[in-house]
Amino acid sequence: MNRAALAIALLLLATLPFWIGNSFYVNVATQMLIYAIFALGLNVLVGYAGLVTLGHAALFGVAAYAGATLINSGHGHIIVAIGACLATLAVAAIFAVLALRGTGLGFVMITVALGQIAWGIAYRWISLTNGDNGVSINARPAPFGLSLESAPALYWATLVVFLVAVVAMAIFVASPFGASLRGARDQPRRMTALGYNVWLIRFLAFLFSGFWSGVAGLLYLYYNQFVSPQTVALSASAEALLMVIAGGTGTLLGPIAGAILVIVMKDIASAYIERWNFVLGAIFVLIVVFMPEGLVPGVVRLCRRVIAARRPRAPMPVLGEESGE
Amino acid sequence: MNLWLILSINSVTLGGLLFLLSAGFSLIFGLMRIPNLTHGSMFMLGAYFGVTLIGWGFGFWLAALMAGLGVALFGGIVERFVLRRLVGNELAQVLVTLGLSFMVADVCLMQWGGDPISVDTPAGLVGSSKVFGMAFPTYRLAIIFIAVAIAAALWGMLDRTRLGAMIRAAVDDPAMARVVGIRVSHLFTFVFCLGAGLAGFAGVIGGPILSVYPGLDQDMLPLALVVVILGGSGSLLGSLVGSFVVGLLYNFGQAMFPELAYVVLFLPMLIVLVLRPRGLFGRAAP
Amino acid sequence: MNVRLDRRAFLASSAAAATLPMPAIAQNKPIRIGLLTVKTGPLAQGGIQMEQGVTLFLKDRNNKIAGRPVELLIGDTGGNPAGTKTKAQELIERDQVDMIFGPLAAFELLAITDYVAAHKTPILSLAAAEDMSQRKPNPYFVRASGTSAQNMQPLADYAAKELKYKSVITISEDFAYGYEQMGGFQRVFEGAGGHVVKKLWPPLVTPDYTPYLAQLSGVDAVVQGFAGSNPLKFMKQYADAGVKLPVLGGGTAGDDALLKSFGDEAIGMISASAYTSDLDSPMNQHFVEGMVRDYGSTPGLYAAGLYINGLVAEAALEKLGGNTDDKDAVIKALRAVSLTDSPRGPFHFDHFGNVVGTVYIRRLERKTGKLVQTTIKSYPNTSQFWTFEEKWFLEQPVYSRDYPPLKS
Repeated sequence: MNRAALAIALLLLATLPFWIGNSFYVNVATQMLIYAIFALGLNVLVGYAGLVTLGHAALFGVAAYAGATLINSGHGHIIVAIGACLATLAVAAIFAVLALRGTGLGFVMITVALGQIAWGIAYRWISLTNGDNGVSINARPAPFGLSLESAPALYWATLVVFLVAVVAMAIFVASPFGASLRGARDQPRRMTALGYNVWLIRFLAFLFSGFWSGVAGLLYLYYNQFVSPQTVALSASAEALLMVIAGGTGTLLGPIAGAILVIVMKDIASAYIERWNFVLGAIFVLIVVFMPEGLVPGVVRLCRRVIAARRPRAPMPVLGEESGE
Repeated sequence: MNLWLILSINSVTLGGLLFLLSAGFSLIFGLMRIPNLTHGSMFMLGAYFGVTLIGWGFGFWLAALMAGLGVALFGGIVERFVLRRLVGNELAQVLVTLGLSFMVADVCLMQWGGDPISVDTPAGLVGSSKVFGMAFPTYRLAIIFIAVAIAAALWGMLDRTRLGAMIRAAVDDPAMARVVGIRVSHLFTFVFCLGAGLAGFAGVIGGPILSVYPGLDQDMLPLALVVVILGGSGSLLGSLVGSFVVGLLYNFGQAMFPELAYVVLFLPMLIVLVLRPRGLFGRAAP
Repeated sequence: MNVRLDRRAFLASSAAAATLPMPAIAQNKPIRIGLLTVKTGPLAQGGIQMEQGVTLFLKDRNNKIAGRPVELLIGDTGGNPAGTKTKAQELIERDQVDMIFGPLAAFELLAITDYVAAHKTPILSLAAAEDMSQRKPNPYFVRASGTSAQNMQPLADYAAKELKYKSVITISEDFAYGYEQMGGFQRVFEGAGGHVVKKLWPPLVTPDYTPYLAQLSGVDAVVQGFAGSNPLKFMKQYADAGVKLPVLGGGTAGDDALLKSFGDEAIGMISASAYTSDLDSPMNQHFVEGMVRDYGSTPGLYAAGLYINGLVAEAALEKLGGNTDDKDAVIKALRAVSLTDSPRGPFHFDHFGNVVGTVYIRRLERKTGKLVQTTIKSYPNTSQFWTFEEKWFLEQPVYSRDYPPLKS
């Protein structure tokens, strides 16, 4: 049952450009995948490590800026990809060392300050970032000779990266390291007493999270062929956090659902609902107040309750099961 | 060295405005342990309320007071019906305030339109006065007095009244405050209203300098955040000192290092967070 | 329905029919115009005015141009480049618009220019980025409002020759629009023997201008190039700080849409703009009346810009008999438009698609209790290159923060 659902989902995803019709929707789907990767990465910190950050857009942006700079200085796609990831990891390491000095709200505040500094640099260090006008790249790179210029081509490439990210997350969650990260979240003192280096566990989780944020940032650059300070702004970090929280922290499906929700609101609903910003805020508030565990676990809970009321002995199998909650 | 003198005096006046903005932010942060991300929205909402009230024919000062009360009422509703449901989950509370700030911004845009609205300087404070032999806007000097008066009133309330003692107790140790019979949840409502009301009042007071426009909320929130992080949450003295420090950083940073204006603002915040997480005057580590 | 089909248009439409899997008769199908604007967030002020301008235009035409009904599709970019890209894709790929009006800000335009060109969609933008019609032109680009410096170059000429100012300090937001405005001012002002003593760049978000105001002294005048709601804040604080120097401003700095928000502090400001609400032409009077009737306010650059875009589209499509199937023909017709009457007066386009038209120097005054702009000089047929030779102009770097450099 579970496998069949997974197979159908994969098939639908892989054939999406054929049945969705207009290339605009293919592009929207690509954006959803990119933000899903970002949200999955962010979820490592928010969900599994219990560390809420409002500065992650900086890591997303560093990859995009580094990628753009490398592409514009004529480097090939492999160097671009490696360089962008290394730059992201380096910045993530700095962020981690500083932010991990605080916990709880202290951690949040430090990430806000770091994010704002990164934004200030993107916005004002004009020789590096071209300030407000941002950096454009003329063409998408063609990794291994495959052109990414068409909408479906980029979609498929993004889908591959997305699937790798999902698998990496699933492995990560099930791994001993994932378990120790959840341990450090729930029982830091006990973990320390047991001989674990809680700081190191969190530091590595930060790097892992930052890495996937950077991957998403690089894909964002390929997709938009453009990066500007808004990518790094506090509101971008807040939006990513919204995806994770709305979908459900500490689950695999949650951040993906959250990314889809936010992109649908921003890109599709905004054409029909004039006050989409208000609606987005309202949805956010409603989810936090009435479904604090997030959309995916919340819906699962509701379905279970409904099914349990009808057929007490047939709980519905779901993909989100491997959550550590 | 006129420039230095002007910058110094202006640092103080900007500090005064920042104090009005951030005193409530600091109290809320200290008591409820949440950075209230709607605080910028409260400031903007107050400013818009003030504009409407002045348009109805109320005087500036009356409009400022009424706008403050209106925003306090709004704050009370937010606290009572939204934040109260999430007691104990600070993270959820922060996120809710973030969502609410989106909503307030959009409602203001809907209600008051996108055009900037200017607020006239109250009669009697128009023009400039001589300070150390230099012309300086009278209204800005008045703001210093307002800030000092509010600071004194708040200090009296916190230090000399039973209510203030309860708030201080709850800031220091909420669990113990509950044990000795203080209704901490009532304090939350009160402090949230007070903080929101002060921000709303500040919005009108700031109007003649800043004018009112969409995005004012996002312009002010980071400044309040820096003030409170520097000064330490829950400390009145902290927000007073923090306000003046930020006023100085802002004025001299903009004039001396325009390229690094943002770094000059946020780097001290980062340093304080990393080296002294409770801020310069904070009571307890968060 | 009175539609003339000339032979070329017919051929073009049948050629399009051969490649597009849709009915060939394009003529009673609506013309689709996409509007990229900002309706949410801090930039919404200008965005809402843009929508008002184009809405009024379509109302004046009963929603019909060149015999075809018009369908206006509005995309709210949120003032964000990524949002602009998505909305541009929505308009071009999903809704298949015939042309795009907007966007508002330079960074929005720069985010989509390559994409729009690749899809051969004519774009009539307000964004003033110089290089869009200079060193990095987009062949599908038309701009009836002008470049950043296009207003400032005549203003500098006026300041040096008529006002006889010898030295100024400039102050403008710290982004490309500011640099380009002040670069243009500086080149012309210094060419006429003036001296720009200092150029100040407060960030876009500056709650308090005092640190900058304190540096304004020892010159004949101050030139400000603020945009959005910043001119309001700046002029107020300027007056409060007791600075007495005369103020010169660019198009957005003295925008007529701000007249209802300005107070006495702005009286006397001299600004240069491609649009002035006091222009005495039939079309402009009609336009201003319509805006006051429908929206209760004097229009400024943004509303006028979009109304003018409507006129340009109308003139071009009438030439084509309403046929929009051949995008290359559409852009060619758009750029060939030359109007003798419009809210901004007569204008035509250069070979980059940038406007050549009148720039008005106005003084802000109070008349019968209302703040108004009074035109004191007009510079007709002003090009983006001013009086410089195009080739020489394009060989120079684009105006930037440090170019032209200050002379000490």
